[in-house]
Amino acid sequence: MTDPAGPDEQAPAAYLDSASSERLHPAAVDVLTSLLARGEHADPRRLHGAGRTSRLLLDNARAVAAEALEVRPDELTFTSSGTDAVHRGLLGLVRGSRRGSTVVHSAVEHAAVAHAVAWGGESDEVLADEWGRVAVRDLVEHGSAAGVAAVALQTANHEVGTIQPVGELDLPPGVPLFTDACASMGRLPLPGGWDVAAGSAHKWGGPAGVGVLLVRKGTRWRNPFPGDDRVDERAVGFENVAGALAAAAALQSVVAERDETNARQSALIDRIRASVAAIPDTQVVGDPVDRLPHLVTFSFLYVDGEALVSELDRRGLAVASGSACAASTLEPSRVLAAMRVLTHGNVRVSLTRDTTDADVDRLLTALPEVVAELRDRVGL
Amino acid sequence: MNPSLALDCRGKPCPLPVIELAKHLADVEVGELIAVDSDDVAAGIDIPAWCRMRGQEFVGQDTAEDGVARYVVRRVD
Repeated sequence: MTDPAGPDEQAPAAYLDSASSERLHPAAVDVLTSLLARGEHADPRRLHGAGRTSRLLLDNARAVAAEALEVRPDELTFTSSGTDAVHRGLLGLVRGSRRGSTVVHSAVEHAAVAHAVAWGGESDEVLADEWGRVAVRDLVEHGSAAGVAAVALQTANHEVGTIQPVGELDLPPGVPLFTDACASMGRLPLPGGWDVAAGSAHKWGGPAGVGVLLVRKGTRWRNPFPGDDRVDERAVGFENVAGALAAAAALQSVVAERDETNARQSALIDRIRASVAAIPDTQVVGDPVDRLPHLVTFSFLYVDGEALVSELDRRGLAVASGSACAASTLEPSRVLAAMRVLTHGNVRVSLTRDTTDADVDRLLTALPEVVAELRDRVGL
Repeated sequence: MNPSLALDCRGKPCPLPVIELAKHLADVEVGELIAVDSDDVAAGIDIPAWCRMRGQEFVGQDTAEDGVARYVVRRVD
């Protein structure tokens, strides 16, 4: 690992990209360190002592995570990632459907949902408004059509933070609701009304390589992929016991701390929103109130997103961007495009649980300077 | 749609088409049309968004003679 301090700054870099990946929670570090130091990762299906210990740790991880999410332990499966949980969760509903293979989903879902539908279903996309919110009426109307296997709606948008009305959907019997909870899991309680949900541990401070798939008791879910003969029939491959336990420990801590964390982060985001909105020709997007506590997205007219991210990085500020020039695909963010808001000059700031007032001060000092400098370069 | 001025932004990535539009808006009279020819996918989102932010009128999307997308804007002020 390289020196975490930015090259031009004496202060350590402010990492403001927790929505891509949150810093490991100390509780996860403790679990990982002690389990890895022991060096044992026996097969949890074996009957010997080491195997029984592995099984005990895995069952413990499941129980702790289930309690934190207020679900039954047998409704929770650890997967190899959040994306894997989305794919399995959604496509398992399509496989289990007696009605058809159409998936009604919003235009602002994570790419994991779009990829899953393109692979194993027919897409029926429902538009979002300028805040990124999807209308309950549209989803229910589309979800009531013949041939619909499932409706997919995220708990909250991963790019703009807008919270979706998951708990308000009244779908016809036999049409299950899938919710991608990756952006909010741990930070906010799960909404009601879903049949299958997915989460991603590295977004709440657990390790990468651990996802969570929740399937409500009684849901018609069938494994859409080849099976395996492991501990949990919904997953495949050798269990990542240390990862699952570290993810569960982080989740338990994050849930216990979230009232305090959310209040602090939400106030900082309000400050950022107000300050950024005062920069000329700027669009702050997403719902200002009904939103994730730790995240805000905005775009500056005439500014190149890639240059903006690089210039902020040079000043020790790590942020993400949904602009085309900053993306591997060279296409603008699907979410921003669906909301019909500016896609260039885009920045997503997402706070970590230990982001300080001083970090935000640095960001708010740097932004107007960097934006003015980049606009000056193009003569505007 | 007959614009008074058409800006050739072929091959220019975002945000260059919007920058060109902003720089050349004053080259047409109030009420006249200015067009941006662009093969950049983001232009279809960003030019209407620019119009809303800057109080100009997005008239619509057309096609230039070579098939490239043409975005037409009316100067309002």
